[in-house]
Amino acid sequence: MSYTAVEMMTVAAARALSNHDICFVGIGLPSVACNLARLTHAPQVSLIYESGTLETKPDVLPLSIGDGELCETALTTVSVPEIFRYWLQGGRITVGFLGGAQVDRFGNLNTTVIGDYARPKVRLPGGGGATEIATACGQIFLIMRHNPRSFVKQLDFLTTLGHGRNGRERQELGIRTKGPTLLVTDLCTMRPDRETNEMVVASLHPGITREQVREKTGWEVRFAGDLAETPPPAAEEMEVLRSLHARTALAHGAASGGE
Amino acid sequence: MEFLKLPEAIARYVRDGDQLALEGFTHLIPFAAGHEIIRQGRRDLTLIRMTPDLLYDQMIGMGMARKLVFSWGGNPGVGSLHRLRDAVERGWPRPLELVEHSHAAMANGYDAGAAGMPCAFFRGYSGSDLAKVNGAIRSVACPFTGVHLACIPAIRPDVTIIHAQKADRDGNVLIEGIVGVQKEAVLAARRAIVTVEEVVETFGARSSNAVILPGWAISAISVAPRGAHPSYAYGYYSRDNAFYLAWETVSRERESFLAWMQEHVMDAVPGPGETAQ
Repeated sequence: MSYTAVEMMTVAAARALSNHDICFVGIGLPSVACNLARLTHAPQVSLIYESGTLETKPDVLPLSIGDGELCETALTTVSVPEIFRYWLQGGRITVGFLGGAQVDRFGNLNTTVIGDYARPKVRLPGGGGATEIATACGQIFLIMRHNPRSFVKQLDFLTTLGHGRNGRERQELGIRTKGPTLLVTDLCTMRPDRETNEMVVASLHPGITREQVREKTGWEVRFAGDLAETPPPAAEEMEVLRSLHARTALAHGAASGGE
Repeated sequence: MEFLKLPEAIARYVRDGDQLALEGFTHLIPFAAGHEIIRQGRRDLTLIRMTPDLLYDQMIGMGMARKLVFSWGGNPGVGSLHRLRDAVERGWPRPLELVEHSHAAMANGYDAGAAGMPCAFFRGYSGSDLAKVNGAIRSVACPFTGVHLACIPAIRPDVTIIHAQKADRDGNVLIEGIVGVQKEAVLAARRAIVTVEEVVETFGARSSNAVILPGWAISAISVAPRGAHPSYAYGYYSRDNAFYLAWETVSRERESFLAWMQEHVMDAVPGPGETAQ
Protein backbone atom coordinates (compact mmCIF):
# COMPACT_ATOMS: atom_id res chain seq x y z
CA MET A 1 0.00 0.00 0.00
CA SER A 2 1.40 3.42 -0.90
CA TYR A 3 1.62 6.09 1.78
CA THR A 4 2.61 9.73 2.20
CA ALA A 5 5.51 11.07 4.26
CA VAL A 6 3.07 12.48 6.82
CA GLU A 7 1.34 9.09 7.12
CA MET A 8 4.72 7.42 7.69
CA MET A 9 5.46 10.00 10.39
CA THR A 10 2.13 9.47 12.11
CA VAL A 11 2.45 5.69 12.09
CA ALA A 12 6.04 5.80 13.41
CA ALA A 13 4.93 8.12 16.23
CA ALA A 14 1.93 5.95 17.12
CA ARG A 15 4.14 2.87 17.47
CA ALA A 16 6.07 4.53 20.30
CA LEU A 17 3.05 4.37 22.64
CA SER A 18 2.24 1.24 24.63
CA ASN A 19 -0.78 -0.12 26.48
CA HIS A 20 0.84 0.90 29.75
CA ASP A 21 1.15 4.57 28.90
CA ILE A 22 -0.83 7.42 30.44
CA CYS A 23 -0.38 10.03 27.73
CA PHE A 24 -0.94 13.81 27.82
CA VAL A 25 -1.94 14.63 24.25
CA GLY A 26 -1.23 17.83 22.34
CA ILE A 27 -3.64 18.87 19.59
CA GLY A 28 -2.79 18.33 15.90
CA LEU A 29 -0.22 15.72 14.86
CA PRO A 30 0.23 14.30 18.40
CA SER A 31 -3.53 13.76 18.69
CA VAL A 32 -3.63 11.86 15.39
CA ALA A 33 -0.70 9.62 16.41
CA CYS A 34 -2.09 8.91 19.90
CA ASN A 35 -5.51 7.93 18.62
CA LEU A 36 -3.96 5.77 15.91
CA ALA A 37 -2.04 3.91 18.64
CA ARG A 38 -5.26 3.45 20.61
CA LEU A 39 -7.09 2.11 17.56
CA THR A 40 -4.31 -0.33 16.61
CA HIS A 41 -1.71 -1.90 18.92
CA ALA A 42 -2.41 -0.04 22.19
CA PRO A 43 -6.15 -0.20 22.96
CA GLN A 44 -5.48 0.23 26.68
CA VAL A 45 -3.44 3.45 26.39
CA SER A 46 -4.97 6.25 28.50
CA LEU A 47 -5.26 9.51 26.59
CA ILE A 48 -5.58 12.73 28.56
CA TYR A 49 -6.26 16.15 27.06
CA GLU A 50 -5.58 19.36 28.98
CA SER A 51 -9.26 20.34 28.82
CA GLY A 52 -9.68 17.86 31.68
CA THR A 53 -10.83 14.72 29.87
CA LEU A 54 -9.33 11.58 31.43
CA GLU A 55 -9.08 8.35 29.47
CA THR A 56 -10.92 9.64 26.43
CA LYS A 57 -11.71 7.50 23.37
CA PRO A 58 -12.84 9.87 20.60
CA ASP A 59 -14.36 8.28 17.50
CA VAL A 60 -13.31 11.27 15.38
CA LEU A 61 -10.28 13.50 15.89
CA PRO A 62 -11.06 16.65 17.84
CA LEU A 63 -10.42 19.94 16.05
CA SER A 64 -9.79 21.66 19.36
CA ILE A 65 -8.42 20.46 22.68
CA GLY A 66 -11.93 20.69 24.14
CA ASP A 67 -14.36 19.32 21.55
CA GLY A 68 -17.50 17.74 23.01
CA GLU A 69 -16.40 14.39 21.55
CA LEU A 70 -13.53 14.25 24.06
CA CYS A 71 -15.83 14.78 27.04
CA GLU A 72 -18.57 12.41 25.81
CA THR A 73 -16.13 9.52 25.39
CA ALA A 74 -14.04 10.16 28.53
CA LEU A 75 -14.01 8.10 31.72
CA THR A 76 -14.48 11.38 33.60
CA THR A 77 -13.88 15.09 33.04
CA VAL A 78 -12.17 17.19 35.70
CA SER A 79 -11.53 20.94 35.93
CA VAL A 80 -8.53 22.54 34.25
CA PRO A 81 -6.83 23.43 37.59
CA GLU A 82 -7.25 19.79 38.65
CA ILE A 83 -5.79 18.36 35.42
CA PHE A 84 -2.69 20.52 35.77
CA ARG A 85 -2.26 20.22 39.55
CA TYR A 86 -3.17 16.64 40.47
CA TRP A 87 -2.76 14.67 37.27
CA LEU A 88 0.15 16.46 35.54
CA GLN A 89 2.11 18.12 38.36
CA GLY A 90 1.28 15.17 40.62
CA GLY A 91 3.43 12.95 38.39
CA ARG A 92 0.75 10.59 37.07
CA ILE A 93 1.53 10.95 33.36
CA THR A 94 4.08 8.68 31.69
CA VAL A 95 4.32 10.38 28.27
CA GLY A 96 3.72 13.89 26.98
CA PHE A 97 3.23 14.07 23.22
CA LEU A 98 4.10 17.48 21.76
CA GLY A 99 4.77 19.39 18.56
CA GLY A 100 6.17 22.86 17.96
CA ALA A 101 7.11 25.49 15.40
CA GLN A 102 10.87 25.22 16.00
CA VAL A 103 13.03 22.54 17.57
CA ASP A 104 16.79 22.57 18.21
CA ARG A 105 19.34 19.75 18.47
CA PHE A 106 18.55 19.23 22.16
CA GLY A 107 14.79 18.91 21.66
CA ASN A 108 13.96 22.37 23.06
CA LEU A 109 10.84 23.89 21.50
CA ASN A 110 9.77 27.33 20.38
CA THR A 111 6.04 27.96 20.01
CA THR A 112 6.12 31.65 20.99
CA VAL A 113 7.65 33.97 18.37
CA ILE A 114 9.73 34.09 15.22
CA GLY A 115 12.05 37.06 15.65
CA ASP A 116 12.36 39.26 18.72
CA TYR A 117 9.81 38.79 21.51
CA ALA A 118 8.95 42.46 21.81
CA ARG A 119 8.79 43.03 18.04
CA PRO A 120 8.10 39.62 16.53
CA LYS A 121 8.15 38.89 12.84
CA VAL A 122 5.56 36.19 13.50
CA ARG A 123 3.61 35.93 16.71
CA LEU A 124 2.93 32.20 17.29
CA PRO A 125 0.16 30.90 19.59
CA GLY A 126 2.42 30.33 22.61
CA GLY A 127 3.23 27.46 24.93
CA GLY A 128 -0.17 26.54 26.34
CA GLY A 129 0.31 23.51 28.54
CA ALA A 130 3.62 22.40 27.04
CA THR A 131 5.93 24.30 29.41
CA GLU A 132 4.89 22.14 32.36
CA ILE A 133 4.07 18.98 30.35
CA ALA A 134 7.75 18.96 29.32
CA THR A 135 9.00 18.65 32.88
CA ALA A 136 6.18 16.76 34.65
CA CYS A 137 5.70 13.78 32.31
CA GLY A 138 7.97 10.74 32.62
CA GLN A 139 9.23 11.27 29.07
CA ILE A 140 8.40 13.39 26.02
CA PHE A 141 7.75 12.31 22.44
CA LEU A 142 7.98 15.03 19.78
CA ILE A 143 6.42 14.98 16.33
CA MET A 144 7.24 17.64 13.72
CA ARG A 145 7.61 17.98 9.98
CA HIS A 146 11.25 18.17 8.93
CA ASN A 147 12.32 21.44 7.28
CA PRO A 148 15.20 23.89 7.80
CA ARG A 149 12.91 26.66 9.13
CA SER A 150 11.70 24.35 11.90
CA PHE A 151 14.86 22.37 12.69
CA VAL A 152 17.07 25.28 13.68
CA LYS A 153 20.55 25.79 15.10
CA GLN A 154 19.29 28.44 17.49
CA LEU A 155 15.72 28.89 18.69
CA ASP A 156 14.31 32.43 18.54
CA PHE A 157 12.68 31.73 21.92
CA LEU A 158 12.86 28.74 24.25
CA THR A 159 9.23 28.13 25.21
CA THR A 160 9.48 24.53 26.33
CA LEU A 161 12.53 22.85 27.82
CA GLY A 162 13.96 19.79 26.11
CA HIS A 163 17.47 18.98 27.30
CA GLY A 164 18.34 22.67 27.54
CA ARG A 165 20.70 24.83 25.49
CA ASN A 166 23.73 22.82 26.64
CA GLY A 167 22.04 19.40 26.69
CA ARG A 168 22.45 19.11 30.48
CA GLU A 169 19.99 21.67 31.77
CA ARG A 170 17.45 19.20 33.18
CA GLN A 171 20.06 17.76 35.50
CA GLU A 172 21.29 21.24 36.47
CA LEU A 173 17.74 22.32 37.33
CA GLY A 174 17.08 19.20 39.39
CA ILE A 175 14.45 17.85 37.00
CA ARG A 176 14.15 14.06 37.35
CA THR A 177 11.98 13.26 34.33
CA LYS A 178 13.65 12.20 31.07
CA GLY A 179 12.54 14.93 28.65
CA PRO A 180 12.55 14.25 24.89
CA THR A 181 13.43 10.59 24.24
CA LEU A 182 12.00 10.49 20.71
CA LEU A 183 11.53 12.96 17.84
CA VAL A 184 9.56 11.64 14.88
CA THR A 185 9.61 13.57 11.60
CA ASP A 186 8.39 12.89 8.08
CA LEU A 187 11.95 11.78 7.19
CA CYS A 188 13.27 9.92 10.20
CA THR A 189 13.15 9.16 13.91
CA MET A 190 15.67 10.75 16.28
CA ARG A 191 16.72 9.81 19.80
CA PRO A 192 19.00 11.58 22.29
CA ASP A 193 22.68 10.60 22.35
CA ARG A 194 23.44 8.82 25.65
CA GLU A 195 26.35 11.12 26.47
CA THR A 196 25.33 14.52 25.12
CA ASN A 197 21.52 14.33 24.79
CA GLU A 198 21.81 15.67 21.24
CA MET A 199 18.96 14.30 19.09
CA VAL A 200 20.60 11.86 16.67
CA VAL A 201 18.94 10.11 13.71
CA ALA A 202 18.07 6.57 14.84
CA SER A 203 16.16 5.41 11.75
CA LEU A 204 15.48 6.68 8.26
CA HIS A 205 12.02 6.19 6.80
CA PRO A 206 12.01 3.91 3.71
CA GLY A 207 13.48 5.64 0.65
CA ILE A 208 14.90 8.61 2.62
CA THR A 209 18.64 9.34 2.36
CA ARG A 210 21.06 10.85 4.85
CA GLU A 211 21.55 13.71 2.41
CA GLN A 212 17.84 14.58 2.45
CA VAL A 213 17.88 14.75 6.26
CA ARG A 214 21.05 16.90 6.21
CA GLU A 215 19.46 19.33 3.74
CA LYS A 216 16.39 19.81 5.89
CA THR A 217 18.14 20.16 9.23
CA GLY A 218 19.49 23.53 10.36
CA TRP A 219 22.30 22.04 12.42
CA GLU A 220 24.99 19.50 11.50
CA VAL A 221 22.84 16.48 12.10
CA ARG A 222 24.43 13.26 13.30
CA PHE A 223 23.42 9.68 12.57
CA ALA A 224 23.50 6.74 14.98
CA GLY A 225 26.21 4.11 14.44
CA ASP A 226 23.50 1.46 14.16
CA LEU A 227 21.27 3.55 11.88
CA ALA A 228 18.16 1.54 10.97
CA GLU A 229 15.33 1.78 8.48
CA THR A 230 11.90 2.59 9.92
CA PRO A 231 9.54 -0.31 9.13
CA PRO A 232 7.00 0.93 6.56
CA PRO A 233 3.34 1.30 7.58
CA ALA A 234 1.44 -1.98 7.67
CA ALA A 235 -1.80 -2.31 5.74
CA GLU A 236 -3.85 -2.30 8.96
CA GLU A 237 -2.16 0.86 10.26
CA MET A 238 -2.92 2.64 6.99
CA GLU A 239 -6.54 1.49 6.88
CA VAL A 240 -7.22 2.62 10.44
CA LEU A 241 -5.46 5.96 9.91
CA ARG A 242 -7.29 6.75 6.68
CA SER A 243 -10.68 5.79 8.02
CA LEU A 244 -10.03 7.94 11.12
CA HIS A 245 -9.27 10.93 8.87
CA ALA A 246 -12.32 10.19 6.70
CA ARG A 247 -14.66 10.05 9.73
CA THR A 248 -13.12 13.26 11.04
CA ALA A 249 -13.49 15.15 7.75
CA LEU A 250 -17.13 14.10 7.58
CA ALA A 251 -17.75 15.24 11.18
CA HIS A 252 -16.09 18.66 10.81
CA GLY A 253 -17.41 19.36 7.33
CA ALA A 254 -13.83 19.99 6.13
CA ALA A 255 -10.30 18.68 6.35
CA SER A 256 -9.34 17.35 9.79
CA GLY A 257 -7.35 19.62 12.05
CA GLY A 258 -3.71 19.81 12.86
CA GLU A 259 -2.16 19.22 9.48
CA MET B 1 -27.91 38.07 42.16
CA GLU B 2 -30.45 39.53 39.81
CA PHE B 3 -31.78 38.50 36.42
CA LEU B 4 -31.02 41.25 33.91
CA LYS B 5 -31.25 41.60 30.16
CA LEU B 6 -27.77 41.11 28.73
CA PRO B 7 -27.33 44.76 27.62
CA GLU B 8 -28.30 45.94 31.12
CA ALA B 9 -25.98 43.46 32.81
CA ILE B 10 -23.03 44.59 30.68
CA ALA B 11 -23.90 48.28 31.09
CA ARG B 12 -24.10 47.93 34.87
CA TYR B 13 -21.09 45.73 35.59
CA VAL B 14 -18.46 46.22 32.86
CA ARG B 15 -16.53 49.52 32.83
CA ASP B 16 -13.85 51.07 30.66
CA GLY B 17 -10.40 50.08 31.89
CA ASP B 18 -11.62 46.93 33.68
CA GLN B 19 -9.65 43.75 34.01
CA LEU B 20 -12.06 41.41 32.35
CA ALA B 21 -12.04 37.59 32.18
CA LEU B 22 -14.40 35.86 29.75
CA GLU B 23 -13.63 32.21 30.49
CA GLY B 24 -14.65 28.83 29.11
CA PHE B 25 -12.01 26.32 28.01
CA THR B 26 -13.03 25.78 24.35
CA HIS B 27 -16.49 24.86 25.70
CA LEU B 28 -19.07 27.46 26.88
CA ILE B 29 -17.18 30.53 25.63
CA PRO B 30 -19.45 33.53 26.34
CA PHE B 31 -19.67 34.95 22.80
CA ALA B 32 -23.06 36.68 23.27
CA ALA B 33 -21.75 38.63 26.26
CA GLY B 34 -18.52 39.53 24.46
CA HIS B 35 -20.47 40.80 21.46
CA GLU B 36 -22.62 42.97 23.71
CA ILE B 37 -19.44 44.45 25.23
CA ILE B 38 -18.25 45.22 21.70
CA ARG B 39 -21.57 46.89 20.84
CA GLN B 40 -21.36 49.02 23.97
CA GLY B 41 -17.88 50.12 22.94
CA ARG B 42 -15.94 49.46 26.17
CA ARG B 43 -12.32 50.63 25.93
CA ASP B 44 -8.88 50.14 27.48
CA LEU B 45 -9.74 46.70 28.76
CA THR B 46 -7.26 44.22 30.15
CA LEU B 47 -8.52 40.96 28.67
CA ILE B 48 -7.69 37.82 30.66
CA ARG B 49 -8.24 34.35 29.22
CA MET B 50 -6.20 31.15 29.02
CA THR B 51 -7.05 30.69 25.33
CA PRO B 52 -8.09 34.02 23.75
CA ASP B 53 -9.97 32.12 21.01
CA LEU B 54 -12.08 33.84 18.35
CA LEU B 55 -13.90 35.97 20.90
CA TYR B 56 -10.81 37.89 22.03
CA ASP B 57 -9.57 37.99 18.42
CA GLN B 58 -12.77 39.93 17.70
CA MET B 59 -12.47 42.19 20.74
CA ILE B 60 -8.79 42.91 20.03
CA GLY B 61 -9.54 43.58 16.36
CA MET B 62 -12.23 46.08 17.41
CA GLY B 63 -9.64 47.97 19.46
CA MET B 64 -11.12 47.34 22.90
CA ALA B 65 -8.06 45.90 24.61
CA ARG B 66 -4.85 47.54 25.77
CA LYS B 67 -3.49 44.42 27.46
CA LEU B 68 -3.89 40.65 27.07
CA VAL B 69 -3.15 38.12 29.83
CA PHE B 70 -3.10 34.66 28.24
CA SER B 71 -1.39 31.31 27.80
CA TRP B 72 -2.28 30.05 24.29
CA GLY B 73 -3.39 32.41 21.53
CA GLY B 74 -4.30 30.39 18.46
CA ASN B 75 -7.37 29.25 16.53
CA PRO B 76 -7.53 25.68 17.90
CA GLY B 77 -6.65 23.08 15.25
CA VAL B 78 -6.71 25.78 12.54
CA GLY B 79 -3.80 28.16 13.04
CA SER B 80 -3.34 31.82 13.92
CA LEU B 81 -5.59 34.39 15.50
CA HIS B 82 -4.95 37.00 12.80
CA ARG B 83 -6.37 39.99 14.66
CA LEU B 84 -4.25 39.15 17.72
CA ARG B 85 -1.21 38.82 15.46
CA ASP B 86 -1.96 42.11 13.67
CA ALA B 87 -2.15 43.90 17.03
CA VAL B 88 1.11 42.37 18.29
CA GLU B 89 3.08 42.48 15.03
CA ARG B 90 1.83 45.79 13.60
CA GLY B 91 -0.02 47.59 16.40
CA TRP B 92 -3.36 47.54 14.56
CA PRO B 93 -5.82 48.87 15.49
CA ARG B 94 -3.77 49.70 18.58
CA PRO B 95 -0.71 48.23 20.28
CA LEU B 96 -1.41 45.35 22.63
CA GLU B 97 0.63 44.71 25.76
CA LEU B 98 1.12 40.99 26.42
CA VAL B 99 1.35 39.28 29.79
CA GLU B 100 2.12 35.72 28.75
CA HIS B 101 1.85 32.66 30.97
CA SER B 102 1.58 28.89 30.68
CA HIS B 103 -1.76 27.09 31.12
CA ALA B 104 -0.66 25.64 34.46
CA ALA B 105 0.21 29.14 35.68
CA MET B 106 -3.13 30.65 34.65
CA ALA B 107 -5.06 27.74 36.21
CA ASN B 108 -3.10 28.13 39.44
CA GLY B 109 -3.53 31.92 39.29
CA TYR B 110 -7.32 31.69 39.09
CA ASP B 111 -7.34 29.05 41.82
CA ALA B 112 -5.33 31.38 44.07
CA GLY B 113 -7.70 34.25 43.30
CA ALA B 114 -10.70 32.12 44.22
CA ALA B 115 -8.98 30.97 47.40
CA GLY B 116 -8.20 34.51 48.57
CA MET B 117 -4.46 34.00 48.21
CA PRO B 118 -2.11 36.81 47.07
CA CYS B 119 -0.14 34.49 44.81
CA ALA B 120 0.05 30.99 43.40
CA PHE B 121 3.06 28.71 43.56
CA PHE B 122 3.63 25.51 41.61
CA ARG B 123 6.25 23.50 39.74
CA GLY B 124 6.55 25.37 36.49
CA TYR B 125 8.44 27.39 33.88
CA SER B 126 11.66 25.38 34.41
CA GLY B 127 14.18 26.39 31.76
CA SER B 128 11.63 28.43 29.78
CA ASP B 129 12.35 31.90 28.40
CA LEU B 130 8.84 33.00 29.45
CA ALA B 131 10.17 34.02 32.86
CA LYS B 132 12.58 36.41 31.06
CA VAL B 133 9.80 38.32 29.28
CA ASN B 134 7.12 38.33 31.97
CA GLY B 135 8.08 40.11 35.20
CA ALA B 136 5.09 38.52 36.94
CA ILE B 137 6.83 35.13 36.82
CA ARG B 138 9.02 34.80 39.88
CA SER B 139 10.13 32.02 42.19
CA VAL B 140 9.85 31.17 45.86
CA ALA B 141 11.67 28.63 48.01
CA CYS B 142 9.65 26.08 49.95
CA PRO B 143 10.32 26.88 53.66
CA PHE B 144 10.43 23.17 54.52
CA THR B 145 12.43 21.62 51.68
CA GLY B 146 14.13 24.55 49.99
CA VAL B 147 12.68 23.45 46.65
CA HIS B 148 12.32 26.33 44.19
CA LEU B 149 8.80 26.84 42.94
CA ALA B 150 7.39 29.16 40.29
CA CYS B 151 5.24 31.95 41.70
CA ILE B 152 2.79 34.31 40.00
CA PRO B 153 0.30 36.83 41.40
CA ALA B 154 -3.25 35.59 41.98
CA ILE B 155 -5.58 36.46 39.10
CA ARG B 156 -8.31 38.78 40.43
CA PRO B 157 -10.47 40.11 37.55
CA ASP B 158 -12.73 43.10 38.12
CA VAL B 159 -15.35 41.14 36.22
CA THR B 160 -15.60 37.51 35.15
CA ILE B 161 -18.20 36.48 32.60
CA ILE B 162 -19.03 32.84 31.84
CA HIS B 163 -21.73 31.00 29.91
CA ALA B 164 -23.52 28.02 31.50
CA GLN B 165 -26.26 25.58 30.59
CA LYS B 166 -28.88 26.43 33.19
CA ALA B 167 -29.93 28.69 36.00
CA ASP B 168 -32.80 27.82 38.30
CA ARG B 169 -35.45 30.35 39.42
CA ASP B 170 -33.34 31.24 42.47
CA GLY B 171 -30.36 32.12 40.30
CA ASN B 172 -28.15 29.12 41.03
CA VAL B 173 -26.11 28.06 38.00
CA LEU B 174 -25.34 24.54 36.73
CA ILE B 175 -22.29 23.84 34.51
CA GLU B 176 -21.71 20.46 32.85
CA GLY B 177 -19.15 18.92 30.50
CA ILE B 178 -15.70 20.47 30.15
CA VAL B 179 -15.90 22.81 33.15
CA GLY B 180 -12.52 24.45 32.54
CA VAL B 181 -11.62 27.23 34.98
CA GLN B 182 -15.07 28.82 35.08
CA LYS B 183 -15.76 28.17 38.75
CA GLU B 184 -12.35 29.50 39.80
CA ALA B 185 -12.64 32.52 37.47
CA VAL B 186 -16.05 33.47 38.91
CA LEU B 187 -14.94 33.09 42.52
CA ALA B 188 -11.71 35.03 41.85
CA ALA B 189 -13.59 38.05 40.47
CA ARG B 190 -15.06 41.08 42.21
CA ARG B 191 -18.17 40.93 40.02
CA ALA B 192 -19.49 37.99 37.98
CA ILE B 193 -22.00 37.79 35.16
CA VAL B 194 -23.34 34.45 33.93
CA THR B 195 -25.22 33.98 30.67
CA VAL B 196 -27.29 30.79 30.44
CA GLU B 197 -29.04 28.77 27.78
CA GLU B 198 -32.24 28.67 29.80
CA VAL B 199 -33.84 29.18 33.19
CA VAL B 200 -35.51 26.10 34.67
CA GLU B 201 -37.76 25.66 37.72
CA THR B 202 -35.33 23.21 39.34
CA PHE B 203 -32.24 21.33 38.17
CA GLY B 204 -34.01 18.01 38.88
CA ALA B 205 -32.02 14.79 39.13
CA ARG B 206 -28.30 15.45 39.17
CA SER B 207 -25.08 14.17 40.70
CA SER B 208 -24.36 15.36 44.24
CA ASN B 209 -21.03 16.52 42.83
CA ALA B 210 -22.41 18.57 39.96
CA VAL B 211 -20.67 21.90 39.42
CA ILE B 212 -23.16 24.44 40.78
CA LEU B 213 -22.48 28.08 41.58
CA PRO B 214 -24.91 29.46 44.17
CA GLY B 215 -26.78 32.63 43.22
CA TRP B 216 -25.08 34.57 46.02
CA ALA B 217 -21.69 34.11 44.30
CA ILE B 218 -22.98 35.82 41.13
CA SER B 219 -23.82 39.47 40.38
CA ALA B 220 -26.19 39.01 37.44
CA ILE B 221 -27.63 36.31 35.20
CA SER B 222 -28.78 36.91 31.62
CA VAL B 223 -30.55 34.45 29.37
CA ALA B 224 -28.71 34.05 26.07
CA PRO B 225 -29.77 30.99 24.06
CA ARG B 226 -26.91 29.79 21.83
CA GLY B 227 -24.86 32.38 23.69
CA ALA B 228 -21.70 30.31 23.32
CA HIS B 229 -21.88 29.84 19.53
CA PRO B 230 -19.54 29.11 17.65
CA SER B 231 -18.20 27.50 20.83
CA TYR B 232 -20.70 25.02 22.26
CA ALA B 233 -22.96 24.14 25.15
CA TYR B 234 -22.77 20.46 26.07
CA GLY B 235 -26.28 18.99 25.94
CA TYR B 236 -27.59 21.86 23.76
CA TYR B 237 -25.49 22.29 20.61
CA SER B 238 -22.12 21.19 19.22
CA ARG B 239 -19.00 23.20 18.55
CA ASP B 240 -19.33 24.84 15.12
CA ASN B 241 -15.99 23.59 13.82
CA ALA B 242 -16.85 24.79 10.30
CA PHE B 243 -17.12 28.35 11.68
CA TYR B 244 -13.69 28.06 13.33
CA LEU B 245 -12.26 26.91 9.98
CA ALA B 246 -14.05 29.75 8.12
CA TRP B 247 -12.73 32.37 10.60
CA GLU B 248 -9.27 31.81 9.13
CA THR B 249 -10.48 33.51 5.93
CA VAL B 250 -12.79 36.11 7.52
CA SER B 251 -10.15 37.36 9.96
CA ARG B 252 -7.09 37.32 7.70
CA GLU B 253 -7.66 40.81 6.27
CA ARG B 254 -8.73 43.91 8.20
CA GLU B 255 -11.46 44.82 5.70
CA SER B 256 -13.16 41.41 5.64
CA PHE B 257 -12.93 41.27 9.43
CA LEU B 258 -14.51 44.71 9.91
CA ALA B 259 -17.26 43.94 7.40
CA TRP B 260 -18.08 40.71 9.20
CA MET B 261 -18.15 42.42 12.60
CA GLN B 262 -20.40 45.19 11.28
CA GLU B 263 -22.92 42.77 9.85
CA HIS B 264 -22.92 40.07 12.51
CA VAL B 265 -22.17 41.99 15.70
CA MET B 266 -22.55 45.78 15.44
CA ASP B 267 -25.80 45.69 13.43
CA ALA B 268 -27.17 42.66 15.26
CA VAL B 269 -29.70 43.07 18.03
CA PRO B 270 -29.77 40.74 21.01
CA GLY B 271 -31.81 37.62 20.18
CA PRO B 272 -35.45 37.32 21.24
CA GLY B 273 -34.47 34.85 23.94
CA GLU B 274 -32.08 37.33 25.55
CA THR B 275 -34.65 38.74 27.89
CA ALA B 276 -34.89 39.01 31.63
CA GLN B 277 -36.94 36.29 33.30
